[in-house]
Formats: sequence, C-alpha cells, structure tokens
Amino acid sequence: MSVFIVIVSRLAKAALTLLAIAILNFLLLHAAPGDPALVLAGEAGAADEQMIAQLRERFGLDQPFYVQLGKYVGSILQFDLGYSFRQGAPVSQLIMDRLPATLLLTLTAFVISLVFGIALGVGAAARVGRASDSLLTTLALLFYATPLYWLALMAVLVFSVWLGWLPGFGYETVGANLTGLARALDIGRHLVLPALTLGLFFMAVYMRMTRASMLEVSQLDFVKTARAKGLSDAVIRRRHILRNAILPVVTLAGLQAGQLVGGAVLTETVFAWPGIGRLMFESLAARDYNTILGVFLVSAAMVILFNIVTDIVYRIVDPRIGARA
Amino acid sequence: MTYLKATTFLIAAALAAPVAAQQAGGRLDIVVQPEPPGLMLGLVQNGPTQLVAGDIYESLLRYDTDLVPQPSLAESWTISDDGLVYTFTLREGVTWHDGTPFTAADVVFSADVFLRETHARLRSSLAYVDSITAPDDLTVVFTLKEPFGPFINAFETGTMPIVPKHIYDGTDYANNPANATPIGTGPFKFEAWEKGSYIHLVKNEDYYIDGLPYLDEVFYRVIPDAAARAVAFETGEVDVLPGGSVENWDVPRLTQMDNVCSTGNGWEFFAPHAWMWLNNREGPTADAKFRQAVMYAMDREFVKDVVWNGYGKVATGPISSKTNFYSDDVTIYDHNPDKAKELLAEMGYDGTPVRLLPLPYGETWQRWAEAVRQNLSEVGINVEIESTDVAGWNEKTSQWDYDMAFTYLYQYGDPALGVSRNYTADRIQKGSPWNNVEGYDNPALDAKWAAAATMVTPEERAAAYLDIQKEIIDDVPVAWLLELEFPTIYRCDIKDLVTTGIGVNDGPRNAWIEK
Repeated sequence: MSVFIVIVSRLAKAALTLLAIAILNFLLLHAAPGDPALVLAGEAGAADEQMIAQLRERFGLDQPFYVQLGKYVGSILQFDLGYSFRQGAPVSQLIMDRLPATLLLTLTAFVISLVFGIALGVGAAARVGRASDSLLTTLALLFYATPLYWLALMAVLVFSVWLGWLPGFGYETVGANLTGLARALDIGRHLVLPALTLGLFFMAVYMRMTRASMLEVSQLDFVKTARAKGLSDAVIRRRHILRNAILPVVTLAGLQAGQLVGGAVLTETVFAWPGIGRLMFESLAARDYNTILGVFLVSAAMVILFNIVTDIVYRIVDPRIGARA
Repeated sequence: MTYLKATTFLIAAALAAPVAAQQAGGRLDIVVQPEPPGLMLGLVQNGPTQLVAGDIYESLLRYDTDLVPQPSLAESWTISDDGLVYTFTLREGVTWHDGTPFTAADVVFSADVFLRETHARLRSSLAYVDSITAPDDLTVVFTLKEPFGPFINAFETGTMPIVPKHIYDGTDYANNPANATPIGTGPFKFEAWEKGSYIHLVKNEDYYIDGLPYLDEVFYRVIPDAAARAVAFETGEVDVLPGGSVENWDVPRLTQMDNVCSTGNGWEFFAPHAWMWLNNREGPTADAKFRQAVMYAMDREFVKDVVWNGYGKVATGPISSKTNFYSDDVTIYDHNPDKAKELLAEMGYDGTPVRLLPLPYGETWQRWAEAVRQNLSEVGINVEIESTDVAGWNEKTSQWDYDMAFTYLYQYGDPALGVSRNYTADRIQKGSPWNNVEGYDNPALDAKWAAAATMVTPEERAAAYLDIQKEIIDDVPVAWLLELEFPTIYRCDIKDLVTTGIGVNDGPRNAWIEK
C-alpha cells in the first residue's frame, strides 16, 4: 500500500474518531456537577435567581440538553469551536493566543529529551557495565521516578531562590519592553527551568529504552556478520544497531508528541507559563464548557495526527513495515 | 479646649508630614489570583476583578477603615432627616479615560439602568429606591421608598461602580466590545492584558486630583501556584501579596524577611465571616441541640492559632465585630466537649454520620475540615469529609445536598446588606450558594430583621440588632467559626497602600514608593 493511501484512509478514520471524542467529551463534561453560570454567580459573592437565569440564557444552558449537543456538533462540523462566555472571546482565539507559548515549551522539552535521551542511551550501551554506565542509569532512574511537581519546585528553589541564576516563573520579564534578540534571550532564560523539568522524565525514558534496545540488538547475528566484515565499531553502532534499536523509541516519541498541546498542565502551573494546559485546567475549574471542549478537541487532534506521523516514520526507519502491510 | 487644640494640631501634623515626603514614580507588581474572567466591574464582581478594576473604575464614595464615608466622585453629600433623600454633589472636571466629561447622567445610567440589570447584590439595595435623578450635571438625588439605614454603604466601587453612559447606553452590555478595554474615571488606565501572564495599568495623567496617583504603572501578575507566588515575593518579582494569595504557613516566613511589612487592615468593608452551613431541614443537624453541641465541640481558638497562624478572631455570632451593630452581649460558645456530650445525650443522637463539605480553596480549608472532624469525633459525632472542586461545591450547597458545609461571606459593612440575607425565610431559594442555604425559618426574627433595616437612627438599629443577635445565637442556624483576617504582605518602602476599608482594591490610588 502506498503511503498516500495509508494517509488518506487514516485521516478519514481520524475525522470520525474526533467526532466521537467531541461527543463523549460533551457528555462527560455536562455530567460533572455545577455549570458555568453557577460558578460565575458563586464568584460574585452574591446571586439571585434573576442573575443565574440571565447567565444560563446567555450561555444557552436554558435549552434542552439534546439541543445543546446538536448545536455543539453542528458548529464543530463547521470547524467552529464556539465562544467562551466567561472570557468573552472565541475559543479558537483563546487557543491560538496560548498555543505559541505551549509549543515553545513542549517542543523544546521534546527535542531536549529526544536528543539527549538517545545520545546518552547510545553512550551508556557502549560502556555497559562500567562506572559511567551505572551513573547514567542511576540518574535516569532517579528522574524517571521523581514526581514532576516536586522536581519543578526544587529546581525553582535551587536555581531561582538560592542561586538566583534563572527566573523561577513566567514567560518573559514583565514590563521590560524588550524586542528582537534581547527578547528572545529573555524568553530563553525563562524557558530553561520549565523545559528541563518537562523534558527530564522523557529523557530518562528514552535513555533507558535506547540503552536496553541497543544491547538487545547488538547480540543479534547480523551484528556479528557486520563485525566479521570488518566494519568499524562506530559504523556498526550507528548504521546497524541504532537504526534497528530506535523503533521503540519512535513509538514512545509519538506518544510524547501527542501531548505537545495538552500535556504540560503541571509544568505550566508551577512555572506560571501562559500556555494551553493552564487554560484547560482553569476552564475546567470554571466549567467554561466551550473552552475545555475546544482544548480537548485540539489535543485529541494532535494525538491522532502524531499517531499517523509515527506510522509514517516507522516506514522510513524500517522499510519492511510498509512492505509487509 | 486644650484637648481640641492638641487634636487639631495633631491632625494638621499628620496631614502635613507625609505630603512633604511623598515621592512620585515607580511601579508596583501585585499578585492577582485567580486570573479575573473580565475587568468590566459593572458586569463581573468577583474578588480578582474588584482588585484590578478598583483602580480603573470609581464610585461616589470611599470608606475608611472605620467604614466612615469619604469623598470620591462625590465631593459632598447630604441625607434628609427622614432618611429618604440622598443628595450627592459631584466633583467638577472629572473625565473618562477616553476624554469624555463625566456627568451626573453617567451616575443615573449606572445605578438606575446598567447595574439594575447586571448587579445582583446592588439590586437588593435598589429595591428600596424610588427614583434616581440628576437635577443638573453635578447633582444626583436618590429618593428612597422607605428609610434604609445601610444605603450609605452602597456607594463603594465594587457595589456601585460608575460606568460610562456614552459607551454602554443602548448596547448589549455583556457583549460590548469595549469590555475588553475598560474605560473608567479612576487613577489608572487599562493598558494591556497578556492572558495568563499579567494585566498592565498605567497612570491616568489627567486624574482630577493634582499629584495623584504617585505610581507610574501597576502590573497585576497572574501566578497560578501558591508556592510559586511565595517564591515570586521572595525573589522580588512581586511587591505586594494581597490577602489570601499565599498559604497561611508561608506567611510567617515571608513576614520575617527584611523590609517586609504586613497588615490585617483593608478588609473592614468585607469583614469575611466564616461558618459551616448546618442543614436545618433534615438529619441530626435539623435539631437545635445538635447544632449547639457542634458549637461547644469545636476548639475554634486552636484553629485560629494553628490552621490560620494566629490571624483572625473567633466569631461570636452572625455579625462580624468589624461590622456596624456588632454586640458580644450574647451567649458565648467556648470549647466545652462535656457540654457538647450532654446536649447530644439530651437529644438522643444515635451516631448517624454527618457529611462535611470543605471549601475547595486550598490546603488551609482542608486542614480546617480535618480539625473540625477531629473535634466532633471527640464528642462522638461521626463525620465523613466529602471533597469536591469549586463548581461541585457551588452545586452541592446551592442544591442543599450537604449536612455541614464550610463557607465564608462578606458583610459589606452593615447587617442588612451582608448578614440578614443568610437567615431570613424569604431568602430560602435553591440555586444560589449565598442566601439562606441552611433553611433556617423563624418568622418572628424575619420581622425583626426587616424592621431593623428600615429604622432611621443608628441607636434604634443598634438596639434592634442586639435583640436579634441574642435570639439567633441560641438557635445556632449555622456554626459560626472565625472572623477571617487575610494579611496583606508588602515591601515596607511602599507607603499608604492600605488606607481604606477595601484595602488593596483601591490602594494604588494613594500608594507611593519611598526611594
């Protein structure tokens, strides 16, 4: 089957899956106690029936449930994510406003974890059993097992409060009016701690996986053959072992990539990073239905998209997969 | 006479001294938590909105920390002897941030048209109002149907913000695009809002009081995690932590830092009063003896000292000691487990478990619920803690699906504004977490509450409220806990930040930084 046909059929299935996810999300969310009108009224510290009725009418919550669901599905089919009454803005705009910050954070973390994870895994595999290997595996285990939240707080405490090297939170220096390179550097400094915090877990996973996979593949017969041919160690590692050992890492990287949009809630909260994860979390607390549904849908779309990308990458890394299917 | 002279001299000295020292310039970074849903104060009145928009919008009056009215948009005012006619003379030369002159028409539009439709809390006060008129551009007259003592407290910024008629008249208020860039008359203008990061206000150069404000700009910083907010203050990123922005156990550590001051002032207008709703309709809590037993079983001093780090005051009843007409000449519930056991034995409590709903506002409230559970189990009451999030809490309390539920409410300076709403039978309405949620129904007291609200002289009202307090405190419709105190933590070189009964909400107007 050609890659093109695979992509088209997968995209068709993906559209149906997304629709199902949207409906399921809608049902789940409306099953949760409370609604946006009640939350808004609650925050006002005073409320009467008139106020709550007005809010429900404005939000369209006074209509029968199936009408609300029908309207929602209808607008999704027109690629309209709806309007956030709480924030007074279209949901697509809210998401687009937050998307750059989130992608900057998650992509940086993604690249850091992938590059360093694989490199360290290859290195550890090459020095298996030696002290440096033990040190790396122990560190990896530590980062793998430490809760993200705690790690983030400790990083802030050490590098921001004690040492004062890096800003502990925020996206950029507020009110500094920086532009161009100075602004990029400023954002970069703010990016270091959250990106490392977010990236360390996956880096540890990639490292352990690469190392184990490298060791397994290096025992296989074709590696002996390559060695018998007189190829250098470096070439064998790169062309023969790594290429075969990388498949499980690709699978996992696909999973991590699926979380690029919605997977950084904790990190964004601790570091006050103005991203999508926080938008989702805060909207959930406020029962801002349209916004949560919008974020869920975009996140789901990303997961599905990266599943497809992962499949394609498989075929590039290991051409046998395409041939077999 | 000597006394008078000395006082006059002291006042003159107090007024003169700081004037010489006040320095203009500088910026203030203040934590705002959580991020407000909007800044149009006429539409949204939650705490964070009031904190930020209190610099943008103004009202006719301000209130000092003793709740005495002070001029703001109104220069002077008179109340007729029968308590029915309130006449305000407005300040001359006030303009909106877009340059349009501010007039009495704006006040009439705000109070009579806009806020009547959008502001639930003000609406209940406006029910006493017969007409609001503007005889000329600088005069506004409120005529009441019957005397309403607390009416003079209704002119605070969060209660009656004056909104621009030229922008809102005839529009769909909630969807007016101008809501994104609020226009007020206040000392600071809206500049920018980076969602998720900060709100930026800048000095209103055309403010009608010469020299004010002193600050050039104010940044309200959105930092979602409580520990990160504490760190932000420690590292100097922010200068002011308004009350309640960090967990209580971080307060001693922060206030012990160099050049850090704190004050409990600035909450007098709100007087946050904490209690547990006790469901008067069903279960053990329907029995007054059980409710009294709960009061005696709780060690509220312990909670104040340990859970709240010593901040606050044990509440004696429904009215806060910071609010007008408070009296402590009532039955005092001390920590007396034996008495609680006696009462439970008298009623024949059979060990039926009661569900306790904590307030989902952070760790402090969770710990408080645990302390109460322990106290109650010591006298033999079985308590099950049911946790939920804010939306779930609103739903459960407003649908009366609880046995005991933590809450705290503002009192707004007068029992008729912020207290009676929780105890009179006409406020038993499903669907709101802020009315008579416990279902207390006492027609004799209802009549007394109503009468006390419309008495003309403060002396009459004080006597009436004393009578009410004595009676209701023996009934224990809800379990009163603490008069909460939320310390404002700030750098000591920030001066005059908290000078009114609403504290930081309108604090930047007079604040200045000593260099």
